[in-house]
This record gives sequence, C-alpha cells and structure tokens, in this order.
Amino acid sequence: MKKQIANWGNYPVIESDEKLFSYTDELDKLVAQPKSYIARGNGRCYGDASLADNTISTLKYDKVLSFDTEKGLLEVQSGITLDQVLDIIVPKGWFLPVTPGTKYITIGGAIASDVHGKNHHVDGAFSHHVIEMDVLLANGETITCSPTNNNDLFEATCGGMGLTGVIEKVIFDLKKIETSFIKQKQVKAENLEEILQLFDTYAHYTYSVAWIDCLKKRKNFGRSILILGEHAKIEDLNDKQKSDPLQLPKKKQITFPFNLPSWVLNTFTVKAFNFLYYGKNFKKEINNVVSYEPFFYPLDAILHWNRGYGKPGFIQYQFVLPLEAKQGLIDILNRISDKGIGSFLAVLKVFGKQESLISFPTEGYTLALDIPVRKGLFEFLDELDQIVLKYGGRLYMSKDARMKPEVLKAGYPHLDRFKAIIKKFNPDFKFRSHQSDRLLLTKDEDKSKVKIQNSKIAEAQF
Amino acid sequence: MPTVLLLGATSDISVAIAKEFGAHGYALQLAARNTEHLSPIQSDLKIRYNVDCTVHAFDALNYDSHQSFFDSLPVKPDVTICVFGVMYEEEDAWNDWKLTHRMIDTNYTGAVSILNIAAKYYSAQKKGTIVGISSVAGERGRQSKLIYGSAKAAFSAYLAGLRNKLFKDNVHVVSVKPGFVYTKMTEELPLPKPLTAQPEEVAKAVFNAVEKKKNTIYTKWMWKYIMLIIKNVPEPMFKKMNI
Repeated sequence: MKKQIANWGNYPVIESDEKLFSYTDELDKLVAQPKSYIARGNGRCYGDASLADNTISTLKYDKVLSFDTEKGLLEVQSGITLDQVLDIIVPKGWFLPVTPGTKYITIGGAIASDVHGKNHHVDGAFSHHVIEMDVLLANGETITCSPTNNNDLFEATCGGMGLTGVIEKVIFDLKKIETSFIKQKQVKAENLEEILQLFDTYAHYTYSVAWIDCLKKRKNFGRSILILGEHAKIEDLNDKQKSDPLQLPKKKQITFPFNLPSWVLNTFTVKAFNFLYYGKNFKKEINNVVSYEPFFYPLDAILHWNRGYGKPGFIQYQFVLPLEAKQGLIDILNRISDKGIGSFLAVLKVFGKQESLISFPTEGYTLALDIPVRKGLFEFLDELDQIVLKYGGRLYMSKDARMKPEVLKAGYPHLDRFKAIIKKFNPDFKFRSHQSDRLLLTKDEDKSKVKIQNSKIAEAQF
Repeated sequence: MPTVLLLGATSDISVAIAKEFGAHGYALQLAARNTEHLSPIQSDLKIRYNVDCTVHAFDALNYDSHQSFFDSLPVKPDVTICVFGVMYEEEDAWNDWKLTHRMIDTNYTGAVSILNIAAKYYSAQKKGTIVGISSVAGERGRQSKLIYGSAKAAFSAYLAGLRNKLFKDNVHVVSVKPGFVYTKMTEELPLPKPLTAQPEEVAKAVFNAVEKKKNTIYTKWMWKYIMLIIKNVPEPMFKKMNI
C-alpha cells in the first residue's frame, strides 16, 4: 500500500509502496516483479537509505531458525530485531557480539549498515561476526556468501546499504556472558584534550564511548563524560542481582507523544540539558553495576524520541577522522560551537582498525551529533564535509540524508570496486534507494528529483 | 503442560496467537496446508519459548481427511483454535462461482467439518476449549462483503450454537470477531488506524478469552459498538446505503 514513510531522522519523508512478506517464496515472487525495490527493516537508519518508491519490508520475515547454545551461533531470518534476539539469547548466557545504540534495528539492517558499537576497538563491526548469509539477487537466484565463499558478494553486502540484493537468512556468532549486567565506569573530562587522553588510558575496556558537550568554549572546550563497561561477572553482582544473573531487564517504556514544536530546541535548552547532564555526575568517577539496557540503549526507554526534534526532522551527522587528525576534530567542534548547533546527543568514540570495502568504520575518532533540520543547515554541513575530507575522514551512509556524491567518493577509497560489484549482482539497478540514486550509486547523474514531502524546512535560524 | 492446536497456522494472526500461547508455556500444534511455510515458524516458537511444537499437514477443504488428521495428532489438544479463512475480492467472486464456492467452503464448511470432530472429542472428554476466528463482517449482510460476510455469519451462528450445545459437557466455545487487522490479507487496504488491531492485540485478546472463558470478543473493543449501530439501522434505510 502507498504510504508516507521516513527513517528515524524524519527527513526526508517520501511516498512509498511498501510490500510485506513472511515466507521466502513470497519474497521471490515480489522480487520477480518488474519493479525496482529496496529492502527495508525497522527504518532506524536516519536518512534516506531505506527509502524508495517501492520498498520490501522484512519485518514479518523474523523467524529464528536455529540456536546453537553450546557454540553461541544464531541463525535467523533478516527481519528479526535485536530486541527480540536479546530476549532469546540473554537468558541462555549469550549476548550480541556488536550492538549499536538502539535495539530496534533488524539483523538485515545491522549488516546492510555494518553497524558498530561501543566495543568497535575490540570486536570490530557487526559484519565481523557474520559467519554466512543468503542474499537474494536481482536475477532471482539466492546465493550463500561468507568471508571465504562468494567473498565479493559478502563484502559488498556488509555496509552496502541493500544494493546487492535482499538479505534472507544469516548465521552470526554471539558473545558469551556470565550475567546480563554491565560493570560500568563513568569518568568526567574537563576538556577535549583530557577525554582523548582518557580513551587511551582506558583502551583495554571492552566498551567505551563519550558524551561530549559541543557548546562549551575555551578551557571547557569539549568537556565530556567517558562511559566504560565490561560484562559483569557473578561476583560483581549484589545479592538481588545474583538471584537471577541472566535476567532480562523489565520492559518499561514511555512514549514521546507528539512532535515537539521546532522552537523548543535552541541553544539555551541544549545548554541547559548539557549542564544538567554533565552536572549529574558529581564525582570525577562513578562505578556501578547496571542492567545492559540503560548501558547500551538509554534512549530506547523513550519510544519515538525523534519527535523531540519536531516535524521538520533532524540530521544525524556522523563522521570518522584518522587518529592523527586530532586538529580536524578540534576544527569541527569549533565550527559547531560557534554556530551554536550543539545537540542533546553528541557522541565521541575511538574506532579500532577495520579493513573493509564499503563499511563506515575505520581507525580513528568518530563523532555523531543530532541537528534539527533548519534553514541553512545543509550549507553548513557541506562546509563541515570539506573539513572532514581535508583531514582524510568520511561520513556514515546510514546516517546520511544529504551528502553530495563527491563527498562519498572522496571518503571511500574502494568505491569503484563496490560499484563494480553492484553492477555484477544488480546490473539493472533493481535494488535502489532514494539514497543510492542521490549518491549516484545506482544511476549516472542526478536528473529526476524525488519529491520530498516534508512540508518545508522550518524558517527558524540557529 | 496444556496443548493448543492452531488450524491455518501460517497466517499472521495465527503466528501471533501461537507466540502468545507459547509465551505462556503451551505446547503448540501447527496445522496448515503448506507445511514448508510452517517449518521456520516451528523452529522460531521452539527456540523463543522452549516449548514443544509440532507441524501437521491439514487442508480445510479436504473434509474426508479431517477425522484422520485429528486422530493422528500425537497428543490431543486442550484448546483448538480455528484461524483459517479466505477473503477474495467480492467483485471477482461475483463473477466466478468457483471463488464464491471456495470462500464459503473455506470460511464455513471446512471450519464446521473439523470443529465438529474436535467438539465430539471434547464433549466425550467433558472438557476442552474451541476458539473460532470469525469476523465483524458476519454481523450484517452488506454488498461490499457479500459472500465473505455471509460465510462468516454462518460461522458465527455455528460457534454460538456449538457453545450452547456443549455447555452441558463443560466444553467452552469462544467466538472471536476481529474488525480490521493489519495483516498481509489487508495489506493493500487503507485502514483507519484507531479501528485497526495488530495481530498481537488479537492474540492477547484470544488468550485472555480462553483463560477467562469469555463467550464473544471483539478486537478492537470499539467494534462491538460500531456493529451494534450497524445492526440497528432499519433495513429500509440500510438497503439503500452503499456499504
């Protein structure tokens, strides 16, 4: 049925004919139609990656096919979401090998975006844990691929934004846990220099991420809270926790009921939020044992939190810069604080090494921030893109709704090989999205503009 | 551990009902024509809920096979839920007797055939529960659901009669009358959000009705009142309406 769809950033909104399927043969029939499609999971990428005139929703294709509780291997259909996976594996003493900051994404989406987590420097990205997967190609054939088998298809599917075909079933490995709790440490840093130092000092921690205040200047420029964690052992738990060490967190959620008017978010409210967020940690260092949910998914507790950015939506801007490009990080943070567009959520993390064809993560600093869509934003982000490129960095396609094709090309050294593999498996661009057209991955030049249905970009200035 | 039998187990509503009963520890028996489709559902339910789950070939239209199908179940179910049904475009059915016939046979004749068998077993046992997924479309005949509605009306009347007949034998019958439900069957219809249930909501309501021995349930609840109004429109007026 035709309906208006958007991803998590609520920008852009487009009209799409979305089809559902529950069974593999139903998917085969859909793909055999003379139309182009993009597979779509739970719509938690931010921009226009899983948007197209015709979409195939994988959400009903969500069955668990096998679970080896000895070896920690799970075989699932691609539409299952991480929250369902956690409910199944945690009570049996296993955890996701890699998880992003929300559990409401599908496994297919995790692979197509090759998501990373707070443990990237230790465990790599999600694709690192995929043993094998089946991909339905444009010609109707289903191919099993893995790092050693049909390797080109595998590489281009991991982080390939759905452009090789539709991921069907996936086998991936899990992480053994003794308890479902996290031993957490939070350390405050006065400024950027200190936080980068702290990342170094605590590099041995499995999980690390920093919340950073983008609006502070001078001596508190880049003040942050570093959040570190390890899976807790039985002996780390208190008596109550010990009574059921692999317990699932209680399901309690509140819903953000409506789109907040755009004017609510401004420099003042963001500063006030940052003040409270930073100030809540009185001590320099806090150590405690918490359930995995608040540690990995603090924002999942508020359903539809994206409505806080109002109807025009928001952009999550995420880039990575090489480790030696610390000056680039400073330049960009300066630009952001001058412009006064800090967001409630600015997240800094150090990636470990990763060699991949088209995945986003690569060794260096990655910063992600949410910025409400306002007049002048896209021009400003174009300027930031130039700084990112100057320092040898790149942007994350899963977050992107607006970068120019040149920016993608300059940031991803293996882009030509990626395009060649798409051409091989998806020769007539049967699988294409709003994003892949915009980035000229599935067409030659940007002629036909797809209608974006956000009423208009709010007039408010920064 | 009680056992529930789902007839027509590949549908969205049935998958949701199976999950709900599985989550409450019921052993599951999945019956459908396409057993290949049942296999991923079976592994899924077993792994998610650590319950027994078996798969059985069942064809609602092959009436002669129904007795042997029921006899061959390894364990007799405590609860039998009839979920299968089919809805064709009324326009197509109007022009093609085969479709009309099939719609009547699947929604009514096939259901009566298998539920009679279950009912006889339960009344001999002096216990058991039968659930029939009918539809609000069966509440009053109207042009836009001519055949589907009349078949569901017959099925609703059958369920009510069965409830009456089996009461003395301690067998309970639940009639479920969903309004709109988001499923593949309704994928192409622009459904009004407040009146449309998710399959999971229907599943929860069914489980609750079985546990609490409810007679007739509507999902969502507003449908009870909507249908009350529709049933009370005087026929001289109703016949002129385009519904």
